[in-house]
Order: sequence, then C-alpha cells, then structure tokens
Amino acid sequence: MKKIIYIVVGVIVLGVLAVLGKLFWNGDDVGPPPSVTATLAPEQKIARGAYLAKAGDCMACHTTRGGEQYAGGRALQTPFGSVVSPNITSDRATGIGGWSSDEFWGALHNGKSKDGRLLYPAFPYTNYTRVTRDDADALYAYFQSVPAVKQANKPHDLRFPYNQQFMLAAWRALYFKPAVFREDNKQTVDWNRGAYLVQGLGHCSACHSARNQLGASDGEGLSGGLIPVLGWYAPSLNANAEAGLGDWRQEHIAQLLKTGVSPRATVFGPMAEVVQESLQHLTDGDINAMAVYLKALPGEGGKSDFERDKAPEAVAFLAAGAKLYDKHCVDCHGAGGAGLPPGYPPLAGNRALTMEQAVNPIRIVLNGGFAPGTAGNPRPYSMPPFSHVLNDTEVAQVVSYLRSAWGNNAAPVNGNDVNRYRAIPLD
Amino acid sequence: MSTFTLARLHAAMLLAGVCLGANAAAPAAPAAITDTLEQRVAACLACHSVKERGDAFFPRIAGKPAGYLYNQLRNFRDGRRHYPMMTYMVDHLPDAYLREIADYFAAQHPPYPPPQAGSGASATAASLARGEALVRQGDPAKKIPACVACHGAALTGIEPAIPGLIGLPSDYINAQFGAWKSKTRRAAAPDCMADIAARLSEADVAAVSGWLGKQPPDDAARPGSATSIALPLPMACGSVPAQ
Repeated sequence: MKKIIYIVVGVIVLGVLAVLGKLFWNGDDVGPPPSVTATLAPEQKIARGAYLAKAGDCMACHTTRGGEQYAGGRALQTPFGSVVSPNITSDRATGIGGWSSDEFWGALHNGKSKDGRLLYPAFPYTNYTRVTRDDADALYAYFQSVPAVKQANKPHDLRFPYNQQFMLAAWRALYFKPAVFREDNKQTVDWNRGAYLVQGLGHCSACHSARNQLGASDGEGLSGGLIPVLGWYAPSLNANAEAGLGDWRQEHIAQLLKTGVSPRATVFGPMAEVVQESLQHLTDGDINAMAVYLKALPGEGGKSDFERDKAPEAVAFLAAGAKLYDKHCVDCHGAGGAGLPPGYPPLAGNRALTMEQAVNPIRIVLNGGFAPGTAGNPRPYSMPPFSHVLNDTEVAQVVSYLRSAWGNNAAPVNGNDVNRYRAIPLD
Repeated sequence: MSTFTLARLHAAMLLAGVCLGANAAAPAAPAAITDTLEQRVAACLACHSVKERGDAFFPRIAGKPAGYLYNQLRNFRDGRRHYPMMTYMVDHLPDAYLREIADYFAAQHPPYPPPQAGSGASATAASLARGEALVRQGDPAKKIPACVACHGAALTGIEPAIPGLIGLPSDYINAQFGAWKSKTRRAAAPDCMADIAARLSEADVAAVSGWLGKQPPDDAARPGSATSIALPLPMACGSVPAQ
C-alpha cells in the first residue's frame, strides 16, 4: 500500500514539475546547419556514418549475441523491467528503411520516434542530442545502407508506471534539453573534438556518472556510478582516488582507449567491450582528442584517510590474504605488486582496487578474464578465474590484502560482500 | 521501487568503464613477461589444465581437432553454446586469436586421467549392448547413423572439425545430448548433432554415453585424417567443411 502511495505522489509531483518545466522551456538548440555531409559522394557519406556508428557503439545494443547486425532484439535488463532494442536496419517494414533523415534526427536529437512516441532514455539521446546535424545525416545514410533484416520489434517489458508515456514526458521536462554540442572558443581544437565525442556519441556519462533519485545523470560530471543489473562500478573520471586521468601521460590514456592495455591500466568488465567494439576503431586523432579532454577534467580528492583497524583478528585477516596472494597471484603481479604491464597490470597504487566501491576487484578475482583483443593488442594475456578455487572468505581476504598492501589504503571487504557478486550472471 | 530512476536504464545497457590502473609511484616491474601462448591463456588453463580432470564440467579439450575447438570457441562467443564462464572468457577475443588458442589445445596430448565412474557405472549389460550397437551400427530404423561413420572407427575424431568421443565422462556426454535436445547447444546449420539427438530416446542417450564412458582411452591416439572415413558423411553438418 505504501508503495502505491509513493507512486501516486511521485506521479503528481512529476506532473507539476513537468508543467513548470514547460513554463521555463528555453528552446531547442539544433546547432549549426549541415554543411559537410551534403557535399559528400554517397559512398563517402556512408563511410563517414559507419565510422560514427562505431564511435556511438550502436551495435552493442542494437544487435543480439550472434544475431543479424543492427536487427535489434537485445533485451536490456533494468531495475524496472527490460527494454528491448529496436531493429535499425534498412528494412522498410520492421526497421528504419521508411524513415526520413528528419525523422532520424528527431530520434537522435530529440528522443522521439517516427510516430512521435517518446523514447526511453535507455537509448542515450541525452548524449546523442549533442551530435551535429551533419553527423546525424551521415549516420542516417549509413543505416539506410545496412542490409535490410525483416525482424519485428519486440515490446518492452516494463512495470507500471515506468511503461507510461506521461512519465517519460515529465522526466524529459525535468532532465532533458535537446542541444547540439557548442564549441568552447577558450579551449583547443582537440579539447573540443574530445568533448564532442565523449559527451555525444561516446555517451561515456551513461555509465560513468552518478544519478539522482529520479535517475537523471549529473550531466557531464563523469563522477562514477554503479551499473545496475550488470553489477560493475564505472569509476569516476574526475576523482583522483578513482579513474581521474590528470596525472596520466597523454599517450598512456590514448593507448588504453585504443588497445585496452597500457603501462598503468588494463580495461576489464564492460569497458573491455567498449574498447573492442568502439574505441579501437577510432582514428588516432579522435582518440587523442578524447584523451586531451579526459585528462583536462577537473580532478578532485586524492589521499585516502582510511584508518586501519589494528585488532589482532583484523591483522590476521590480512595476513591470510597475503598468504593467498603468495600462492595464487604473485607469479604474475609480483611480490611488490608491480605487475608486468601491459600484460599484467600493476596492483601497487592501483586505484581500481582501492575505490570505496569494491565490486570490481571482487569480480575480477572471482571471474578473471581476458583483456579485449584489439588491433593494438590482438593476443591479450588473461587472468584465471578463482570462483571455483577460493571461497567467499578467502576472496575477501585476498581483496582486503590488495586494498592494504604496497601503500594501498582502503577498507577491507567481507565474505558477504563477495557472496553478493558470485550470483551476478556473467553474460 | 521507491525511487524513480528511469535514466538508470542507460546504465544497465551501456557499457561502463572499469579500469585496473596504477599510479606513477608503482615500483619498477621485474623481468619481462613470458611470451608463450600457454602464459597468455592462463585463464583457460584454470579449468582445462594440462593435467585435466576429465569431469562433467571441464571436459578434456586437449588433442581434439583444431577446427572443432575453434568452432566451439566461436559458438560460445556468438551464443550458440551456453556456459556463462566460457562466453565471458571469449566474448572480446577476435577470430584469429581464437584460432590460435584452438591450435594450441589441439597440439596438447597429456596422459588421460583415470576414468571416472559417473552415471555410466551402473549401466546394465543390455544397455551397454544397445550403446555399442548405436555407436558401431547406428539404428537405420530411427535414421540414426553410427557414431563411427563420422567420428572415425577408433572414435578419436576426424580432422579438422569432428571431435573424438573417447575419454569423455558419461555425464558430460549426457549433458551435451540434453543441450542439443533442448536447443541450448547449437552449431552452424545444418546442425547434424541436434538432428541426431532429437531421434535418440533418453534410454538411447544413456546407452551411448554409458558405453563410450567405459572405453579405455589411449594416450597415443590422434584424430584420423579427413580421408580416413567414407564420404559423403551420412548427414550434412554445417560445422564440417564442404566435402
């Protein structure tokens, strides 16, 4: 009963806010008129669109595992039910072959379908609205060239009230303003290009941002967020204690984005897919531009002020972890935790281990895995899974040890923390 | 449910960054990494180690034809076979690397572990006889070809893409037939093994797996050459290159 009251009150509040939002509506920034794409030959237009589709990683959601390219049908599990990606091949009946370039622009820039229906922001139009009309037209030309696949869209399976269009209307009034990226004249050409890609097609903030009670991201803060259902933590890109890149060398950032490995880090989890499916295909110029922008994000915080428990049982817990490290980890990551980068990442000073959210190191110890196979790193090294070797307490001991050794300083984790992540499906 | 976090939908579908990183203060790295494929595929060896267990969950893959192993790696990656840990491992690996990994395991010939009792241990004499008959002659009335017709007279597989059947635990064989029957294990069309599985009764499956599980493996056995079986195969198989 309480739940229903909450929902009803929430709906009313949203409605009022939506009306207020409309009152303060300050228009739609459609950006500069298209100038480049229209001048291109058809095949150049398509090639440009194909490249941009890689930058947007459209394939990741619009293709099922082993399925026909861009035919949709991938069910994205969310806390509210599942959202099923649509067919965006050139099929006229079931894809977007019957769409005009204006209608395609309406979806990308304004989050509205051909028939005016509001789209769920699982399709990250809050980011794609940054894309210029020029680039949208190139994407349109590309998708019109994707071989038609006849595959009807499946309906979403969202619970009430999340399946209601008026909820979306209210949410959009509060949190969405269609606006193309505007260059900042005080910044360099590279910074602007990087910002355009990171904020727009790259839709990095979709995962790397905190969200408020209504699920809206904090804009382009890139302050980190736990990815629901998938169960990975996308670290903050502007916190020095997490994945802030201020003190990284430009070429190491570029190497990480393009190849998945670098002297200082290896991508894991969902970022491995981003690198393999999207970033490795971008030009060096675009990767460098993204690196420039990410490196320039304001960094905050730094040294950990965690005070470690000196009680004998706490000390023994870490000692048990050290023993496990010597047995299972030391061959690759070294007695001093220096690793053997880029094959095996260093663990000493490794911020992925010491973030407040410990889910990533727990899952990496449980599942191991390969770095993504990319053109720049086609035969990646791997880490064995330990889920069948170590019990929950042992994983907690070794992760806690990693969070305490070689100058790392973060709170220990316990067996319950580990157990929670054993049950997360891997695919 | 008390919070309306619609935009978290993004996050559920979109792919976030998770990095293992280290700061500049990390101590200098020791000697260079061992650049062998064995070292690179340490994750595979955690379960499919050279000293194989040969149990129902981690079947022997060493010494199987490379084409077969390559097909299976791609089947896991592309959703035709389902085992979450396998899919997770190969998800972001390119074809060329999967081919190399397949070649590596195909070239390994460790001794077989002692056979495990498994479900076949309690097979009756009648069931074993039925199993051997299915393996050697098939059942023409049910349009079931003999196993040996494709997997070779010695059942050690045929290059490049037909696997050997000796040395597999009966439980593993049962699990695969179950998966073919329920269509959770698939292969490139036409999926001959799925068709055969559909024609086998559960008793037939138990008979075949029970008999196969009892055959002593030979450490020196190798897959037969592509010309060592009669062609064309009794059924069309999408996984086997055109004959």
